Amino acid sequence: MNAIVISGIWGVVMMFSGLFVKKDSAIRGIAVLGMIILLAANILEMRDGSFFPFDTRNMLSFDSFSLLFNAVAFACALMFFLLSGRDMRTVGDSPADYYALLFFVLCGVSIVSSFNTLLMLFLGIEIISIPLYVLTGADKRNLKGNEASLKYLLMGAFSTGLMLMGITLVYGAKGSFDMDVIGAGNAEITPLMSAGLLLLMFSMAFKVSAAPFHFWTPDVYDGAPTVITSFMATIVKAAGFIAFIRLFQGCFASLQGQWQLIAAIIAASTLVIGNVTALFQQSVKRMLAYSSISQAGFMMFAIVSLNSMAVEGLLYYALAYCMATIGAFAILARMNDYTFDGYNGMGKHHPFLAATNVVFMLSLAGIPATAGFMGKFYMLSAAINNGQVFWLVVLGVVCAAISVYYYFRVIQAMYFKDGPRQEIEAGSGFKVLLAVLSAAIILLGIFPQSLIDLLYYFF
Amino acid sequence: MIPVLLIAIPLLSGIVSFFLKREGVARIWALLSSLATLTTSVLGLTCFSTKESLYAHAEWLPLLGSSFSVGLDGMGQVLGLLTALSFSVIFIATYRSVYTKAHNFFALMLLSQAGLMGVFVAFDALLFYFFWELALIPVYFLCSQWGGERRIQVTIKFFIYTFIGSLLMLIGLIYVHFKTPDQSFALESFYNVVLTNSEQSWLFWLLFIAFAIKMPVFPFHTWQPDTYEQSNTAVTMVLSGIMVKMGIFGLLRWLAPVLPIATWAWGDTISTLCVIGMIYASLVAMKQDDLKRLIAYSSIVHVGLMCLAIFATNEMAIQGAIIQMFNHGVNIIGLWIVVELIERQFGTRKISELGGLAQKAPAMAVLLVILSLANVALPITNSFVGEFLMFSGVFNSTVSHYNIIFAVLALVTIILSAVYTLNMIQRVFLGNTNTLTERAKDIFVNEKLVLWALVAIIIFLGVYPKPLLEVSQSTVDAILTRMISKHP
Repeated sequence: MNAIVISGIWGVVMMFSGLFVKKDSAIRGIAVLGMIILLAANILEMRDGSFFPFDTRNMLSFDSFSLLFNAVAFACALMFFLLSGRDMRTVGDSPADYYALLFFVLCGVSIVSSFNTLLMLFLGIEIISIPLYVLTGADKRNLKGNEASLKYLLMGAFSTGLMLMGITLVYGAKGSFDMDVIGAGNAEITPLMSAGLLLLMFSMAFKVSAAPFHFWTPDVYDGAPTVITSFMATIVKAAGFIAFIRLFQGCFASLQGQWQLIAAIIAASTLVIGNVTALFQQSVKRMLAYSSISQAGFMMFAIVSLNSMAVEGLLYYALAYCMATIGAFAILARMNDYTFDGYNGMGKHHPFLAATNVVFMLSLAGIPATAGFMGKFYMLSAAINNGQVFWLVVLGVVCAAISVYYYFRVIQAMYFKDGPRQEIEAGSGFKVLLAVLSAAIILLGIFPQSLIDLLYYFF
Repeated sequence: MIPVLLIAIPLLSGIVSFFLKREGVARIWALLSSLATLTTSVLGLTCFSTKESLYAHAEWLPLLGSSFSVGLDGMGQVLGLLTALSFSVIFIATYRSVYTKAHNFFALMLLSQAGLMGVFVAFDALLFYFFWELALIPVYFLCSQWGGERRIQVTIKFFIYTFIGSLLMLIGLIYVHFKTPDQSFALESFYNVVLTNSEQSWLFWLLFIAFAIKMPVFPFHTWQPDTYEQSNTAVTMVLSGIMVKMGIFGLLRWLAPVLPIATWAWGDTISTLCVIGMIYASLVAMKQDDLKRLIAYSSIVHVGLMCLAIFATNEMAIQGAIIQMFNHGVNIIGLWIVVELIERQFGTRKISELGGLAQKAPAMAVLLVILSLANVALPITNSFVGEFLMFSGVFNSTVSHYNIIFAVLALVTIILSAVYTLNMIQRVFLGNTNTLTERAKDIFVNEKLVLWALVAIIIFLGVYPKPLLEVSQSTVDAILTRMISKHP
């Protein structure tokens, strides 16, 4: 509860701070302060220190899982604010407003991580989506951004419609929005229920950009300002998955046999489409957009297998993926040239940035001793343990091998090709943060136990 | 303690080496580090060969059933010694080679040594997988940064090839892990796992493909000649001297004892692939004009024979395969050193452009002839012992139906290897000098030292192979006992 209330309040604070504070650095400071307070309040709540003991009438349930995900999401958001805060100025004239919208998104994130009725799920998803429609088009003079924003709005509204219909049908079948009621006694599947289930699955697949509902993703990620893309591709996507797994574990776990194959097909097509299309991209930004689709395919493994390993693995994967992607985007946002050729010779001219970027790429590719590997390990283990979807596991590793090609293209450009020196604005603070981020990725890859201990501590 | 040191010394010195900006310092640092590793390895064989010093165990991921458990059994000793020896030899022999950004080069070389050592000492499946991949990453950078013109494309092909294999292996390892009684990745648990015949049958392929790509066995070998040709020769030595042994080692430690029934059942299929690959590679080697490609193909032949021997699954054959891993490593590194010398002096590796070198560089010629004879397994060279054991093992195999045919066809490839090796010697060292080779100089003292040392090892082990056989005996017995205990 702490997180929902404080992020909402801080969103308003940020909005008004824009009126009184003109200096960019001050606005950034307020945002970072808010983020720290949010994170601290959430950690306090994990220790039973709730400031707002409302009775939510079981509409929200703040279990350890949701709080832990909040902590992960807020930590990533804090990292994102610190790393990319300066680039917020490149988006447009009113950074305070953008921060306000980001805080509202985080409010939505903390709702979808703890919903217990379908109404709250709907509310949370909408609170996440609407500020994002605005942020995508935040650069008002950029035609591509405007197009992306409109496209996102139309497609998003459509999928929200699907979700509402799904919720209605499920309500028709069970007479309640409460997940506990819906989840209980599902021995037989009724037509109403199956239609509702499918509509919910498709709309969630849309939100996490799983194929064949991914078509909006590359255009929106490419068109949106790079800073915003970084946020959308990481924290928002992870929140989508948490909502997805929460919904399916809470409502439809007993029907797993009925929908598992469909989810597996979605996972498989996401993997194939994401990876194969990413191979042909010339722009790193678009490549990262497709890579986010292919990573979503791996996260779908958790939905498909839906066992205890999958749930904790999804958290781990989300963290690993967010850290690496935020880092990669932070460097990308400082580049003048977003094509692969723009990275040529970076190893020579900016050895430090290049070295950290290597860590991010290796982690995304899932090489051992990075957090990305442990994430993939968890996903593969979960699916193998499930036992029903062995073909998906094999397809997954083939796609993981394909993904090496485009992630390593960045490494090749940086180290093995020569290019002219590009001025990249990177202060020492930025470098320290990148170093911290890459060290964290490597530490989590070698000693995942520390995080796993934390997970078990709260479960 | 010894296995931990074998990983830690190259790992830490490798990390330090990134920060040594002066080329000369980095060079000496790498050499000293590799000598320290070699000393440690030799100490493990002699003074400190107690169980306490050869095995180490620490908590790593208890909740996932994995631990940092390392140790040196007989096979580990042999391959650890090979790895330690090879890097020292490589650093001494290429002491005069000039590299751009030398500190990075040496750092990556040392890191790959750490990864290789980890593979050979790991007693835990997840740890094994970790090192298996970690050995590959520095090699990827080494091959892409230093080498021929097409190196970038060739290396990414090599990397993706091996990566796909290792991920398939990962699936297999995770599956076996779930089937072990205590849900553990420990080697002992893997050996105690009970799997149905059909499970073994498909798990076998998941693991085997990874090892087959590394070795490489036909038809998974297509990355190899290109990669060997395009890499810097020092890296090629690592690849062919040590890295291919990872595949053979994997078969012996992680495949045959864990999945014995599948190993027997698929034995003839794999043996057929090995024999096809051996004959094919021999024929291709005869047509090569590039020295590096010639040696690359001849390496496929030798590795194919080791794989063939393992699937004969009897004492002689496996004993032969283990000591041949060591011998082949020594021989092929010697050959690469000579190739490197020739290339550095003349700027070409084309056999057709060379000739008459024996007149100008007699020491080099003598050494190359000895190394080549060892490569074709002539008696009193080390390979003879290994190949003799392997051939008699294959002849006497009781599990294969076609073992006589396999052995005869494999013998043919030995004759073919004599043909292309002697032909190479003849065209490079004998005959008349041409304009290019007229100015040839003989070899420097460091190279001479290394090559004579290698020749000494070759002849010593050819005449008196007992020490090596004694070290590996325990592993061979352990593998066969485990396999037979699961015989239906």
